[in-house]
Amino acid sequence: MSGLIDLTAAQAAERIRAGKVAAADLFEAYRARAASDQLNAFTWVAEAAPQTGDGANAPLGGVPVAVKDLFCTEGVPSQSGSKILEGYRPPYTATVVAKLRDAGAPLLGKTNQDEFAMGSSNENSGFGPVFNPWDRSRVPGGSSGGSAAAVAAGLAPWAVGTDTGGSIRQPAALCGIVGLKPTYGACSRYGMIAFASSLDQAGPLTRDVTDAALMLRHMVGHDRRDSTSLDYPGEIEVPRAEDLKGLRLGVPEDLTGAEGGIEPGVRESFEATLAVAERLGASIETCRLPHAPHALSAYYLIAPAEASANLARFDGVRYGLRVDGDKDLVTMYSRTREVGFGAEVKRRIMLGTYALSSGYYDAYYGTAQKVRTKITEDFKTAFERFDFIVTPTSPCTAFELGAKTDDPLAMYLNDFLAVPMSLAGIPAISIPSGLSDGLPVGFQLAGPAFSESRLLDAAHALERAIGFDGSKPRQ
Amino acid sequence: MLDRDQVLHVARLARLDLGEQEVARMAEELSNVLDHIEKIRELDLEGVPPTSHVIDVVNALRADDPEPSLPRDVILAAAPEPLHDGFGVPSPGAA
Repeated sequence: MSGLIDLTAAQAAERIRAGKVAAADLFEAYRARAASDQLNAFTWVAEAAPQTGDGANAPLGGVPVAVKDLFCTEGVPSQSGSKILEGYRPPYTATVVAKLRDAGAPLLGKTNQDEFAMGSSNENSGFGPVFNPWDRSRVPGGSSGGSAAAVAAGLAPWAVGTDTGGSIRQPAALCGIVGLKPTYGACSRYGMIAFASSLDQAGPLTRDVTDAALMLRHMVGHDRRDSTSLDYPGEIEVPRAEDLKGLRLGVPEDLTGAEGGIEPGVRESFEATLAVAERLGASIETCRLPHAPHALSAYYLIAPAEASANLARFDGVRYGLRVDGDKDLVTMYSRTREVGFGAEVKRRIMLGTYALSSGYYDAYYGTAQKVRTKITEDFKTAFERFDFIVTPTSPCTAFELGAKTDDPLAMYLNDFLAVPMSLAGIPAISIPSGLSDGLPVGFQLAGPAFSESRLLDAAHALERAIGFDGSKPRQ
Repeated sequence: MLDRDQVLHVARLARLDLGEQEVARMAEELSNVLDHIEKIRELDLEGVPPTSHVIDVVNALRADDPEPSLPRDVILAAAPEPLHDGFGVPSPGAA
C-alpha cells in the first residue's frame, strides 16, 4: 500500500486511467490512513468509497480530496471549526467541492481548521489543535492547518483550503507543501462559510506544483450563485517550464526588511532560492511596495469588520447551537453567541463591530479601504517592471503549540508577508524552499490577476531545481 | 484606550454576553491591537478612493430564472426549535 501513498495526485490519476491502479484501492488506502489520523487533521472521514462509479474516466481519475471543514457538503458535518455549528450537516454542497467531485475527485474527509478561518496556527479550532507532521510539538499553521497537515503526512493526496489573509499559503509553508491562493473571483465562494467576503478564496494544497495546477483547473469558473465569481480567461495549464529565462523577479524591500521580523533561517533559505532562480535565468532586483507594511493593519480592520457582519447569522435560530433559558430573544442570541464562539472569534467580532460602529467608521474601516487602494496601486506599479514579486511566505517556521496564544498581535504578525496579496486580490503560491533546523520554509511568488498559469510554470521550474524532499512526515 | 464601558457597548451591539473576566481581557487585547492599527491613520490618504472590491466587476447581473427552493422539512431539520413550519424563538418581550 505504501507505494500508492507515494504517488502524487497527478501520478495516481494517470495510473488509474491506465488501469494500473483501481480507484477504489487508492480511496481505501487514504481512507484507512485518514481514519487513524494522529494529528487531529480530520474532523470527519468518509466510511467508504462512493458507490457512484469510480471516477476512472473523469479527469481527476477518482483521486480523493480532503476538504476544509468550512465548505458546506451535503449531509456531512460542516462546522467551520466552531462549536456553534457542531454536528451541522448542510442540505447542499459548495460549488468548488461539487466541481471537484464531478471532475472525479470524491470527498475523502473534512479537515480541521481555525474557527471560522480566523487564525494562523490552527489552535483556535473548537475541535482541538492540529499537530505539525514534521514535529508534533509544533503548529501546522492556519487557518487551513488540517488540510496542510493531512497532505504533508500523506493522509490525503491533496486538499482544498481557503485563504483570506494567508490561510492556504502559510500552513503550506509550515508543512512543507504547495499552496495556492487564486485571483479573487477565480473560484466560486458559494457554500463556503464566509469569513471576510471581499477576501475569501478557495485554493489547492498539494504535494507538488503540478497537482496544484490540476486541481485548480477544475475549481475555477463563473458560478451563477456567486456574483463575484468570474469566467476564468483561458484554462489553467499543466506547468512544464524548466527554467526562468527572461523572468524579472522583484524582492519588495518594504516587506523583506527589518520590519517583517524574518527569522535568520527563513532568510537564508529565501536567499538560496533567489540564487537558484538566478541560475535558472531569472533577473532579480529589489523593488518597492511602499504601502505594503500597512497591509496588516488594513487587513485587521477590513477582515474583522466583514466577519462581524457575516457571523451575525449565527444566532441560535435556524441552525447550530442554541443556549436558551427562559429569557427573551436578545438574551438567547447573546448567550448562544457567548457560549458558541471561541475567544479569537469573539475578539474579531468585537474589533470589527467597533471599527464599523457609529463615529469610528471613517477613521477605521474607511481608512483601511483607502489603504487597500494604495496597496493595489503599489502592486500594479511593481508589475510594470516585474513579472512576479517574491518573498518568504511566512517570517518564521512552525512554532511550538502555545507559543503565541497569549499574544494576539504576535500571532497576527505571522501574516505580514501574506496579507498584501490578499488585499490586492492577486494570486500567490507558496512552495517549499528547504529546511531550517529541520522545519520547512516557504517561498512565495505573487503575480498580477489571472496570472496563475504563468505563476505555476515559474513555481514548477523552481520546484524542480530546489528538489525539496517532503517524504519524511509521510513515513 | 478602550475602556470597560466601550467594551460593554460594543458587546451589546455584537450580541455577545461577555463574562466579567472577558470584558477586562478584551479591553486590554483590543487596545493593544488598535494601538498597532492606529499607524495607518498617519498616512496621507487625501483624495484616495476606497476599495471595497478589488477585481473590476460592475453590476453582475443574471437572468431571473426561478428555481425550486429546498423543501421546508429539509431546512427545518437543522433548526433548534422547529415550530408550526417555522423557526421557533423566545418572545422578544419576555423578561
